[in-house]
Amino acid sequence: MPGKQTKQEAKKPSVHGEASSPSIKDSQFAKQAGADRVSLPRADVDTDELSRLYRQMQLIRRVEEECARAYAQGKIGGFLHLYIGQESVGVGSIAALRHDDYVVGTYRDHGIAMAKGMAAKQVMAELFGKATGCSQGLGGSMHLFDAKNGMLGGYGIVGGHIPLAVGCAFASKYRGDGRVTLCYFGEGSVTIGSFHEALSLAALWHLPIVFICENNEYAMGTPLARTLSVEDVSQKALAYGMQRDRFFARDVLEVKQRIGEAVERARTESEPTLVEVRTYRFRGHSMSDPGKYRTADEIEAQKKLDPLNRAREQLKLLGRTEEQLAKLDEEIEAEVQEAVKFAEESEEPGPEILEPTTYSGPFAR
Amino acid sequence: MREIAYRLALREAIAEEMERDDRVLIMGEEVGRYQGAYKVTEGLFDRFGDRRVIDTPIAENGFAGIGVGAAMVGLRPIVEFMTWNFSAVAFDQILSNAAKVRQMSGGQFTCPIVFRGPNGSARQVGSQHSQSMDIFYAHVPGLKVLAPATPRDAKGLLKAAIRDDNPICFLESETLYNLKGDVPDPAEGDFVVEIGKANVLREGTDVTIVSWSRISMVAMQAAALLEKEGISAEVVDLRSLRPLDHETVLNSVGKTHRAVVAHEGWPYGGVGAEVVDRIQRYGFDELDAPVLRVSGADVPMPYNAKLEQYCLPQPETIAAACKKVLYRD
Repeated sequence: MPGKQTKQEAKKPSVHGEASSPSIKDSQFAKQAGADRVSLPRADVDTDELSRLYRQMQLIRRVEEECARAYAQGKIGGFLHLYIGQESVGVGSIAALRHDDYVVGTYRDHGIAMAKGMAAKQVMAELFGKATGCSQGLGGSMHLFDAKNGMLGGYGIVGGHIPLAVGCAFASKYRGDGRVTLCYFGEGSVTIGSFHEALSLAALWHLPIVFICENNEYAMGTPLARTLSVEDVSQKALAYGMQRDRFFARDVLEVKQRIGEAVERARTESEPTLVEVRTYRFRGHSMSDPGKYRTADEIEAQKKLDPLNRAREQLKLLGRTEEQLAKLDEEIEAEVQEAVKFAEESEEPGPEILEPTTYSGPFAR
Repeated sequence: MREIAYRLALREAIAEEMERDDRVLIMGEEVGRYQGAYKVTEGLFDRFGDRRVIDTPIAENGFAGIGVGAAMVGLRPIVEFMTWNFSAVAFDQILSNAAKVRQMSGGQFTCPIVFRGPNGSARQVGSQHSQSMDIFYAHVPGLKVLAPATPRDAKGLLKAAIRDDNPICFLESETLYNLKGDVPDPAEGDFVVEIGKANVLREGTDVTIVSWSRISMVAMQAAALLEKEGISAEVVDLRSLRPLDHETVLNSVGKTHRAVVAHEGWPYGGVGAEVVDRIQRYGFDELDAPVLRVSGADVPMPYNAKLEQYCLPQPETIAAACKKVLYRD
């Protein structure tokens, strides 16, 4: 909010302390890009935590694989945008939050909704269009909402949700409630005006928000090089005097730690951060996308870097046995099958819910 | 009863609601230190400070969206558009977010926000600054649209809008800001006008004129002209475009059996067309003549002063339409 402008003047924009160099992390970034060998994570890693994050990623993966199957069977309609390949971003970043923090996302929202606490069966029932879904079957895949877990929705207009997320952070600062908002979007969003207006205002008013650009290299089917004149999305932060970070999402614990730094900055200093997280989706933009704009070799090469497998391999290196991991997978499988069964057996909503959900109070006709 | 200007009535409404409820804030271009582009918010910055009276940069999409997000998590923002023309660049926030979030969340979230500012023509401000945005918003389920014509309704409806749990588009008029009228003294108690009720501004027996916002005042002038010719016109001021109180309109038509709908917006599919449809749908048997519309001309607003007036409903054109439905032209 206005009135605190001196703080901005006093503090120079920087990425971990350095402001002037446009691509200061590039050398590190390039090294990361080639870092595909699974090695033991840092010494202070909490195996139980990694196991918990692995479980979340695996659950999201399996739920979405079942979604794809149900979609092919005609049980799910409309658009279906899968998060497969990108799970480490949502899971790692939300692991850095408090339960009462807010998240706002795009139409590719199943992963962040589940990472924020939504049950698999609520997701599945919503996609099946059932009354037991998180949004009573009225939102669908692209519009998952969960008020009690601070999931403020998936939105279908590219970039349109970014100002809205800034509004949540604005409210937190207005009330002084200490909450942080995470706002997710793809690199396809950074070319539209709402992204820039939102970042500009968040920086001007020093709002507690972390902008997470999930750069999966393709804006629908158009590669990065053909949509952005500067491929380093994090540089957009410089123009707004905003902190930034940029890294690959191959290690879920690293995602947690790096996003955690930005969350901490938001919470303690009330300063926004733009974080570009390089990731990759293994499936098409949506179910209708055959993905002809990229080669099978490229996808196979990326699958070798799958953060989900990496977490599993790390758990083994940390001493988890095959039996333990198999047991975990079985639990997840049971949860997924229960979700599908729940969705299939649930009732559909009737037309009587349409008007009461459109207006609070009497319908305005 | 005391007489105050429409502008002051709005300011009182905002100030009283901000006093009553800390969740209420106002943001927009020039609302604070500049004291309001049209001085509606004059004095509020000094009274409430920069936490609650917030100057924004020129970024309607950005700050309208911020208002929506803040409303979803419990604040009650008032977002001022310097004019409703500029809401076009924030249209996505109102259409896709504010109006939709309740339904697409299955009723989990509401969006108690008021978007407000002057709508329609001013004086010779050209085509991009003279648009009536009424129908763009009244068309959208999930929104409420209010368009008061009098200082009394401006105050009472704005207070009601701020207290409402739905997103509301509140359409004012630059040419009404100096209009004076009776508004209850705050000392007499809390004054709120119920949303969704039309008001009979003038009783009559021969023809019903339905209008809202500034054109209700033009309709009153038309009624005065008609009176000189022995024609008694009843003027129904809708006040609220969505919800639209067609019962009050139909009660009037039941008495006069003839109706003219007058408004500033373009004719093609406008709010007037909706009013006409409701009259024919629910009151067909009462009609002694087809319902006519007097609208803004179906062209972008010209700058030339005479042409601008040519494009706007005038007392004479409304009176002529009334005589036509009375078959006295």
